[in-house]
Amino acid sequence: MALYTDIVMKHFMTPSNVGSIENPSGVGEVGNAKCGDIMKIYLKIEDNIIKDVKFETFGCASAIASSSMATELVMGKTVEEALAVTNAQVVAALGGLPAHKLHCSVLAEEAIRSAIKDYYDQNGIAYDPALFPAFDEEEDENEEGVRMV
Amino acid sequence: MYVYADNAATTRMSDTAVAAMIPYMQEFFGNPSSLHSVGQKAAEAMMNARQTVAGCIGAEAREITFTGGGSEADNQAIITAARIGQRKGKKHIISTAYEHHAVLHTLKKLEKEGFEIELLPVGTLGNITAQQVADAIRPDTCLVTVMFANNEIGSILPIKEIGAVCKEKGVLFHTDAVQAAGHLHIDVKDMNIDMLSLAAHKFHGPKGVGALYARKGIPLVNVIEGGAQERGKRGGTENVAGIVSLAAALKECCDHIDENAAKVTALRDKLIEGILQIPHCALNGDPVNRLAGNVNVCFEGIEGESLLLMLDAKGICASSGSACTSGSLDPSHVLLAIGRPHEVAHGSLRLSLCEWNTEEEVDYILAELPGIVAYLRSISPVWKDLESGKKQFIL
Repeated sequence: MALYTDIVMKHFMTPSNVGSIENPSGVGEVGNAKCGDIMKIYLKIEDNIIKDVKFETFGCASAIASSSMATELVMGKTVEEALAVTNAQVVAALGGLPAHKLHCSVLAEEAIRSAIKDYYDQNGIAYDPALFPAFDEEEDENEEGVRMV
Repeated sequence: MYVYADNAATTRMSDTAVAAMIPYMQEFFGNPSSLHSVGQKAAEAMMNARQTVAGCIGAEAREITFTGGGSEADNQAIITAARIGQRKGKKHIISTAYEHHAVLHTLKKLEKEGFEIELLPVGTLGNITAQQVADAIRPDTCLVTVMFANNEIGSILPIKEIGAVCKEKGVLFHTDAVQAAGHLHIDVKDMNIDMLSLAAHKFHGPKGVGALYARKGIPLVNVIEGGAQERGKRGGTENVAGIVSLAAALKECCDHIDENAAKVTALRDKLIEGILQIPHCALNGDPVNRLAGNVNVCFEGIEGESLLLMLDAKGICASSGSACTSGSLDPSHVLLAIGRPHEVAHGSLRLSLCEWNTEEEVDYILAELPGIVAYLRSISPVWKDLESGKKQFIL
């Protein structure tokens, strides 16, 4: 398919880390079905290290591939390192995405961040709220985020 | 296995259509406006093609203008009617909510110029009645433009009845017959059609060539200014090979309409019946009153582009009305027009068959599709919420 790079197609057809985690340390779900993309990320965190990560995604090929790539990028990382992963890194690792699909990589970044915020909240870990813009609280914010690109 | 099931998007050219165009690329390559014999050979071929096309739809040869495709024909027909209306102070146009964008975007442009555009609702089965048109016509209505058959969900519209209403009320009637030509019987006189658009590549002809029928007496307004080609109504040296091929392809399809329809309808109904075995999916459009080759379904909990690419990996070519396949945020305007919610419309699949598809191909689609749907559902958080009861199934 000329629309997508070989890396995108590989992560779409045979994605890594698909599924869910029993008793996860944190869960993040972003997007909405109305817009056609929902990503859910599950994290298992021990000693501040991401020991396991899984995803479930409703969406197009680039959404599934972005989810898969984002889970690979944060696996084994510290929580702080995972928070530093950006959508641009996801796009670069995928060898690029078409312009109208860039929002999928934004959703992947947001899903990871949302899961980490959930981990912080569940464990009473203090954090700077500025780290987490309101993307995971209001559905409308997600729609705005999508419209951005 | 390779299965081409996207014939509503475009068709493979027939041997007849390919053979017809070849002489006009090297042997009789002349410009039909030239007076020498190689040019006049081309002019003669175009004259015959015009006669053939006219014969296929019950028109006269001089009522046929060749264009660069269906979209151009739609544009020219609508602009023509708008300009005629404008001169009489009539600026109200009636159409439907699920027309092709070649129609809708032209109407949008006219709306910006001050025309009033009224799009009739198409109901959950995806059709309109002639009564709706009759009720909508006002003294200042200058055009009714209603498609012959819908490209996404296959609805066949009551064109003859709408034509009768328009004739009675004295309003110009255009129909975008791009999905119908070569597949449904068309008689422009009997159906009271004033203008009709068709495109060669939907009936095994080449891309980039179409035709506009305009009843004699309707002064076409140019979309392309130029020389005296097409009686001055469409500038540009004619696509002779394409035009000859269009005519040959249309004739061949029209000669076999009934047998093709019977064959394709049987394949379509088998495909629909098999697909509807998959839980939480639904047919879009009317199960009976639809184009012979059209299958359009929505699967809950999955997204259409993923489905398409997985099918493609299995050799099956199809289409979807999901936002991701359109490059916009909104899913198909047709599916929204028949009342499908966004989240369901994103999970749509269109399979469009032609007379060259086989029962083995339908069996292959039915063997592969359920597994792909089940896999995509297995990784979908939406499906999980539906199954666990956290969200209500819509389908």
